[in-house]
Amino acid sequence: MSHHSPIVDISRQKAEQETLQRKSIGFWIYLMTDCVLFATLFAVFAVLRPGTAGGPSGADIFDLPFVLVETMVLLVSSFTVGLGLLAARYGYKRQAIAWLVVTFLLGITFLVMEISEFRHLIAEGDGWQRSAFLSSYFTLVATHGLHIAVGLLWMLVVIIRLIRFNFKHTDLGRLSLLSLFWHFLDVIWIFIFSIVYLMGSLS
Amino acid sequence: MIDQIMQTLFGRLTPQDFVHDPIMAGAGIAMVGALILAIAAVTFFKKWKWLWQNWITSLDPKKIGIMYIIVSIIMLLRGFGDALLLRAQQVVNDANGVEILSSDHFQQIFSAHGSIMIFFVAMGLVFGVFNLILPQQLGSRDVAFPFLNSVSFWLFFAGMIIINMPLVVGEFSNAGWLAYPPLSGLQYNPGTGVDYWIWSLQIAGIGSLLSGINFFVTILKMRAPGMGLMKMPIFAWSALGSTALIMFAFPILTVTLALLSLDRLIDTNFFTTTLGGSAMLYINLIWAWGHPEVYILVLPAFGIFSEVVATFSGKKLFGYTSMVLAIIAITILSFTVWLHHFFTMGAGADVNTFFGIMTMIIAIPTGVKVFNWIFTMYRGRVRFTTPMLWFMGFIVTFTIGGLTGVMMSVPAADFQFHNSLFLVAHFHNMIVGGVLFGVFAAFTYWFPKFTGFMLNERLGKMAFWSWLVGFILAFGPLYILGFMGAIRRMDHYDPSLGWQGLFIVAGVGILFMGLGVLFQLAQVAYSIWKRKEHAVGPDPWNARTLEWATATPPAEYVFATIPTVTTRDAFWQMKKDHKTNDRPEHYEDIWLPKNRSEGFIVGMAALVFGAAVVWHIWWLLIVSLLIVIVVLVVALTRDDTEKRIPAEEIAREELRRATV
Ligand code: HEM
Ligand SMILES: [Cu+2]
Repeated sequence: MSHHSPIVDISRQKAEQETLQRKSIGFWIYLMTDCVLFATLFAVFAVLRPGTAGGPSGADIFDLPFVLVETMVLLVSSFTVGLGLLAARYGYKRQAIAWLVVTFLLGITFLVMEISEFRHLIAEGDGWQRSAFLSSYFTLVATHGLHIAVGLLWMLVVIIRLIRFNFKHTDLGRLSLLSLFWHFLDVIWIFIFSIVYLMGSLS
Repeated sequence: MIDQIMQTLFGRLTPQDFVHDPIMAGAGIAMVGALILAIAAVTFFKKWKWLWQNWITSLDPKKIGIMYIIVSIIMLLRGFGDALLLRAQQVVNDANGVEILSSDHFQQIFSAHGSIMIFFVAMGLVFGVFNLILPQQLGSRDVAFPFLNSVSFWLFFAGMIIINMPLVVGEFSNAGWLAYPPLSGLQYNPGTGVDYWIWSLQIAGIGSLLSGINFFVTILKMRAPGMGLMKMPIFAWSALGSTALIMFAFPILTVTLALLSLDRLIDTNFFTTTLGGSAMLYINLIWAWGHPEVYILVLPAFGIFSEVVATFSGKKLFGYTSMVLAIIAITILSFTVWLHHFFTMGAGADVNTFFGIMTMIIAIPTGVKVFNWIFTMYRGRVRFTTPMLWFMGFIVTFTIGGLTGVMMSVPAADFQFHNSLFLVAHFHNMIVGGVLFGVFAAFTYWFPKFTGFMLNERLGKMAFWSWLVGFILAFGPLYILGFMGAIRRMDHYDPSLGWQGLFIVAGVGILFMGLGVLFQLAQVAYSIWKRKEHAVGPDPWNARTLEWATATPPAEYVFATIPTVTTRDAFWQMKKDHKTNDRPEHYEDIWLPKNRSEGFIVGMAALVFGAAVVWHIWWLLIVSLLIVIVVLVVALTRDDTEKRIPAEEIAREELRRATV
């Protein structure tokens, strides 16, 4: 398509800009629907929390210091993904990759900690089958964990593309959506930490 | 050993699951036979490539819309067949020992009827109309996310196949269209029926959610220059309300179905009767989605009627601003009334009163709309075409449905009406008289836009009158029966109650509706056969909105140049200014999405995934999930997704169309 006149190319660029903008709005809206999804799970948790059926309540099983470390790991990863995006915006490819790898490792750490917490509970006989409270606890936290896993997969794809290809502006667009997603999961986790763990340990 | 291998390979699927009773087996064989016939025909006429390139992988919303409509019409026929069986059973009422349906089979059929009609008829038709009309009405060539649109359609398609699979293997859910626990729990329903129901709705529902986001962004970001929100056609406004509801309501459905499925698969205790679970939680959740769902369906119908009544009254719509406000009010209020579906559950007088009053309040904006439509006709030059007849029928049946709805919104009275045939009559008034009539109006109204020829008006009018008479006969008696104490979902009753006469009237009503369906099929067939005589130009109805400003049938790129809008009823204004034949001095290249096969592959993998969960075939589940993930990653990282249509080609095409 070498015979393009410059005018056409400008209108083409404008169209691509608009596509990116649409994607960003669409992604914001998707995040909003995800908020509704988590809100529903929170509501279910709130309703079923008293339903311990003679089993343990939150205060009996939550290990707050452990969860606090988990929280810190995720918070730091939210910071590092921001640094990665910043580096990418300035075109520092190596730095961007480095920060993304750090974020990826922190995300893995978070997931591993969560799974070990689950395994511990299950080993104690406090799995999701035990009571409605535990069902709703496991489902809420694991749904967040699943989102983290999806985010990690996404991050992996971005890192590989960064290494293999040079940065295109579409990739930059994708990376900023990824970082948005990651911050969003951080905010959701703050809610989980306060409502599930903190309030659960207090009562 | 062998047993174990078989179980790993096939989960809980055994040859026994293919054995069905005669009616179901007949339907199953007919369905599979039709499929084989279709495949044979496509092969014989060497049409696979055509099917693949022009339809299956197409991202053109006009094509996707037509596929939605075809699937929905087939499902309408299936749902209608179910209704016939249900009524036949109630008419005969086991007299002289003739049992048409066993009670278990009766339960499966009303569950199938309700679920299919809502998810695969009404939803499908609404999305079909969105795809066909919305972009063009907004002066746009496409939706915001063309690839996502294809994914949505194929997820819808996958859900449709899953809900029909029990005809061949396994059983259908017997737990009603909303599958309340504990009946839908493992204890009372260990078979595959409820799982089919869950995963059909889950997969189709995710498709609907994605579509909702897609069209919402389309409306916000893809309007022609100059078309401010308050200059949008009311149909676009109604779609905005409907998609906003989808975005807030469907995630609730996703969660609810997922939790029910977890209860059944890994022994969680969300909705069980032991270990702290709460069935009432399920009922709250499902209606927190379910009530908005009825507005998701009916708002677009309101939008369609608004376009139809303005066009055929030759006037602009009366009270545009109040229409918009009414749509916004309905959108918000529809999240505040869900409890009216279970006043009898015992939430207490205060709570019931609140939800009763909210329900009455939501009737007000709806009433505003009815008056606006009637005022639009007032002093207009009304043309009683088929779409207009559907509108008139709608006004009557919908108002009756609205009035009976307000009756039920009084909690004390609802203790009498709840779960009676009165309720069944009410919601069919809304959903048949509202949604279905709306889509029928849309079908006859916009058909020439996409085909270049009209539907035969005579047959259309005959279809309308058969439907209207049939509808009144079929559902009028149910109000009376409801008062007499007849409950819904009832497969037989004591003959001494004297209800049979009214059931026979209702049965005759269904036959009239069936006649209407036949007339509609005949109408389409006849109009296609005589399409030369029915051929029309681009503006057959003297319409008002932008979708009529393009050629008929529209080119792939729809608008050769994107129009600039200055007023509401933009096309009407263009006609007044004699600008409809204006041609630009030069054209620009147009970029359109290339065909993509990934949407279809994702849909098919989701279909396999659903079947694998239902039958507990875990290896297949993992394989299909991996396919979905890999294909999505590949699809979403692709950059080269658009093709160019050169300006010269557009100039040539426009000239050709102008000279025809
Ligand atoms: C086309 C004409 C239709 C006829 C003749 C018809 C007839 C019936 C009948 C006989 C029942 C069973 C009532 C009972 O409980 O005793 C029923 C239930 C139902 N119908 Fe229809 N119907 C029609 C269209 C529709 C449409 C278009 C929808 C939705 C879009 C719909 C949604 C439902 C639902 C949700 C139920 C309740 C199922 C349940 O109890 O779980 N119907 N219908
Ligand atoms: Cu409702």
